[in-house]
Amino acid sequence: MICWFPRLTAFLIVAPILMGFVGTLLPAFGYLPAIGGTTLTLAPWGALFATPGLDAAMFLSLWIGTATTLFTFTLVIFFSASWSGTRLGGAITRFLSPLVSVPPVAMAAGIAFLLGPSGWIFRALSPWATGFTAPPDFLLPQDRWGFSMIGGLMVKEVPFLFLMTLAAVGQEETKRAFQVGRSLGYGRMIAWIKIVLPAIYPQIRWPLYALLAYSASVVDVAMILGPTTPPPLSALVTRWFFDPDLSLRFVAAAAALLQSILVLSLILVWYAGERMVALFAGAWLRRGGRGAGGAIAAALAAGGMMAAIAVAVFGAGAMILWSVSTTWRFPNLTPTKLTLGNWAAGGAMLGNAIANTVLVAGASTSIALLLAIGLLEHAARRGGASSRGLAFFIYLPLLVPQIGFLFGIQMLLIRLGFDGTWVALLWTHLLYVLPYVILALAGPYRRLDPRYAQIALSLGASQARALWRIKLPILLRPVLVAAALGFSVSAGQYLPTLFAGAGRISTLITESVGLATSGDRRLLGVATVWQLVLPLLAFTIAAFIPAIVFRHRRALRPL
Amino acid sequence: MNIRNSIRTMTPIADTSCIRCPPSARLVGCVLTLGIALLGFCPTAGWAADWSATEARANGQTVYWDMWGGDAQVNAYAAWAAAAVRTRYGVDVHIVKLADAAEAVAQVLAEKSAGRIQDGKIDVIWLNGENFAAMKRNTLLWGPFVAALPNASLVDTQGKATTEVDFTVPTEGYEAPWGMAQFVVMYDSKLLPSPPRSILALAAWVQQHPGRFTYPAPPDFIGLTFLKQALLVLSAAPERFQRPVDESDFAVATAPLWRFLDAINPYLWRSGRAFPVNGPAQRQLLADAEIDLALTFNPADASNGIASGLLPETVRIFVPDGHSIGNTHFLAIPYDSSVKEGAQVLINFLLSPEAQLRKQDPKIWGDPTVLDLAKLSPDDRARFERIYRGVATLTPADIGTPLPEPHPSWVVAIEREWQRRYGSGVRR
Amino acid sequence: MSGPGLVLRKLTLAIDDHVLLRNFELAIAPGRIVTVMGPSGCGKSSLLAAITGVLEPAFRFSGDILINGRTISQLPPERRRVGILFQDDLLFPHLSVGDNLAFAIPPDRRGVVRRTLVQDALADAQLGGLADRDPASLSGGQRARISLMRTLLSQPEALLLDEPFNKLDAVLRQQFRSFVFERAGRLGIPTLLVTHDREDAPAGEPILVWPDPGPGQIDVR
Repeated sequence: MICWFPRLTAFLIVAPILMGFVGTLLPAFGYLPAIGGTTLTLAPWGALFATPGLDAAMFLSLWIGTATTLFTFTLVIFFSASWSGTRLGGAITRFLSPLVSVPPVAMAAGIAFLLGPSGWIFRALSPWATGFTAPPDFLLPQDRWGFSMIGGLMVKEVPFLFLMTLAAVGQEETKRAFQVGRSLGYGRMIAWIKIVLPAIYPQIRWPLYALLAYSASVVDVAMILGPTTPPPLSALVTRWFFDPDLSLRFVAAAAALLQSILVLSLILVWYAGERMVALFAGAWLRRGGRGAGGAIAAALAAGGMMAAIAVAVFGAGAMILWSVSTTWRFPNLTPTKLTLGNWAAGGAMLGNAIANTVLVAGASTSIALLLAIGLLEHAARRGGASSRGLAFFIYLPLLVPQIGFLFGIQMLLIRLGFDGTWVALLWTHLLYVLPYVILALAGPYRRLDPRYAQIALSLGASQARALWRIKLPILLRPVLVAAALGFSVSAGQYLPTLFAGAGRISTLITESVGLATSGDRRLLGVATVWQLVLPLLAFTIAAFIPAIVFRHRRALRPL
Repeated sequence: MNIRNSIRTMTPIADTSCIRCPPSARLVGCVLTLGIALLGFCPTAGWAADWSATEARANGQTVYWDMWGGDAQVNAYAAWAAAAVRTRYGVDVHIVKLADAAEAVAQVLAEKSAGRIQDGKIDVIWLNGENFAAMKRNTLLWGPFVAALPNASLVDTQGKATTEVDFTVPTEGYEAPWGMAQFVVMYDSKLLPSPPRSILALAAWVQQHPGRFTYPAPPDFIGLTFLKQALLVLSAAPERFQRPVDESDFAVATAPLWRFLDAINPYLWRSGRAFPVNGPAQRQLLADAEIDLALTFNPADASNGIASGLLPETVRIFVPDGHSIGNTHFLAIPYDSSVKEGAQVLINFLLSPEAQLRKQDPKIWGDPTVLDLAKLSPDDRARFERIYRGVATLTPADIGTPLPEPHPSWVVAIEREWQRRYGSGVRR
Repeated sequence: MSGPGLVLRKLTLAIDDHVLLRNFELAIAPGRIVTVMGPSGCGKSSLLAAITGVLEPAFRFSGDILINGRTISQLPPERRRVGILFQDDLLFPHLSVGDNLAFAIPPDRRGVVRRTLVQDALADAQLGGLADRDPASLSGGQRARISLMRTLLSQPEALLLDEPFNKLDAVLRQQFRSFVFERAGRLGIPTLLVTHDREDAPAGEPILVWPDPGPGQIDVR
């Protein structure tokens, strides 16, 4: 039975993406009978390239994707290089880990308020330091170069990449090689960059590509923090898809394909960059330079990490305050009047969305967990030979821009009469939950001593019994952590909910994007706090269950 | 019509309103609902049989009502109406909140393109203007149905011409008027005692006060209305805009508008490089004191905002240029809804004096009614006249005659040109 | 060459182009203990994996494995009745000491019988009263004995020992060694020990130095 899991999963993942692409490809060449498109034509492309500001929108997508990835990568590498294994490094790691679970929109909402001219930072400095009695007219957060968007994405992505790096570095050979490097007279940072980085890069390459694809095509964060005149291409495409002028649907489909091409080119360019670096790095490594101290880089890296944590903490804090404030005007640092009324109003307004969020996240995570365990068990029994197959499942959905195929999926769902149904919603969420569940579970699963299962078999237990009675209980903690991560990923899905839910099924994130772009910050505060609380709750439960179940099992308690 | 029947129907009405009203208003509320309930049972005979058949079929249906969900007060009102229709008529109404009504248009379009003829995902849409024009043109709407609604006879089609002509497009019974909108400007009278009260004065004021004015970016309807207001006021021949746009004179006809916008753009908030996405977002900027003026389509918006603590108590409103664009927003039923009876029952309820009165109350929403007060019972009329308007709401007399909306084709053309000039980042 | 005990017949074991064993023959009578010696990485553990049935797919394997005349090479691991001890005790960390033992008892033993078997096994290992303990709270020597008792409770027809004394200190090592050999002998189980340390081998039993890929042949019946 286990041998069916790869095939089943392949179908569940590949089928919608493939069909979604076809459903986008046809309208991009003028075929959409419902609105009179019955012949294949290049007209949509002509219209697309005649759009004023298209070049700027494309540039923004490429720039934000590249800059976010490059900055994130640099920060994570320099921080890991200079602080891994130190006490400060450990402290920052503990603060950073929970940030992975925060939905990007919640983060973006907090950051928008922190950075804005009437936001917390300016309030803290006004009027005593800045002299502003009214908010200054600075283009923040939606600055033209997208720096606030890049920063907002980084707060979310730095923890992700850092944890991926940490997992890669955790392997024993890497640690020993690093120690050998140090003993050869290389400083901490230079030893890390020359010895550890080349060893672990293959393992963080795919997360980097995923990051590149995500940040070049994200829509929800762009709507809150991104530039608006023009917005990045992905936001423009979304706008066109929902424009009342129906003929724009063709242009939108063409632009969605263009977006996919951009992302693909970005990844190819990054790959070429890798090869170039590899070419020249060899000589650099052989030269044997021990490098200068790198104290400044180390300080900057630590500062960058702490800034990311501070932004997240203060952003969340501001949203919590907004959720209980009646009136909070510039330049007051705290609300002048507090109330719980927003929570009552928000509860009435969001109750349904919260229930939906929990349901979708719970159900899609359960399915993803089942598939992931099936896949990993299959790989384990095949002797780890199919780890390349695993990577395929993990990264295919993460490398394909959502906007590139969701419109096509919507068309398909409607044709099947599936749109706005739970099946459709769960399926599209599964595309994004499964990769993270596999990602979180693969390491612990692979590290689990295979001899436990061998012993169980030699004692007469069947494969299934060995899995359910021995392997999964020992892996209870990582299984629950993977589930909590899957839950938080599902809770953060904006476009899939928008398209597959057909508006009928709204979740916290669709409500939050609406609130974030249209005003009432007090209700946005309530929605954001809910968005923070749900994943936090999931991770708390994931931590508590093993702590209770294993309270008498020292080997399975965290150190 | 018999007594037993009317008693049975009255009971839940009295229940719900007594529970929801504050104690002081409870008596008034009960009397009021009693009156409305009685009124509901003395209609003329013509459609009575058909309509009761509709109501009977509606019972047990599930209706999805898609509406712009960007305003908490509107959402709360819709939730109340949905609950009322559920308890009274057995119609299970689900509200689907959209960032833009155009999303609903897209959905129905997608359904049509997939060849669906029933079980559409949307049963009632809140819309007007270009969205209506687009849906009507593409035969995405079901109708005409308005004449069949008992409460439609109470609509003020004489005094409020826009209830039958939506942005110059005749509604022909394909959408039912729901509320009236009037373009007004909000300002904080403490910070800005004498605001610029006309488009021309605004141009000069913006240049003297860089960064203190902006408008929502099209396609937001308030932003577009600002452009249309300027278009009509600045044009020497505003009647031209009642006819569809034409390539040949678009440039000439709209030249004054672009001159005006070019003149103010560098002096706008964020130097015209970013715009709030919609009205509530702009209202938040006013609350944050980032700007001095904000635009709205709801004359009660300022009173609303003050009551909820969002806006300072010193915010006031005025009608730009003495008379501003006014229009009507509507409710329509997509062609592929399978619960058209339930949809009609919901719409008819929303047109009832009870629902319209509640909607016009600034404490609740403040959206002006589409009904003709002269057609109401004296009690109902008195109730409408007694509504407390709040400190920052104008009387109908202050608002004056509305400017008529231009033909919707202008909206599309102006939006496109606006995107080219100010939305694309191309600096000229 | 068939009959009681563990018999390997014409066993060939290879990975990629590298042949680890070719046409290897071995027979171990019940109660006898054969030691195979060889440097680490030569493939000793793979030989044991082939016998227990958990050889990774990358290996190629041919030949027959018989226990008491029954061919087991085509059976799934759980039906081979081959017990194995590793150098780590590998007690299941989520189960109590008693549950670790109970996990091994065949399902046809029920209720009181199971509990009695667990109690007896604990008493036999001089660990009576520890059934409810967390394995992690036991000493290394105690854990090693539990580990053996667990294997024996599954009623194996052959016992494989993969350097099981390696991680114990000198004193414990002697104690545990005789503990294992005494019980394997008493129960009449054919036992195969692989190690790189000649000291581990029991006195008076055959020692086989890891054969070159060429055919080896040993019969200790």
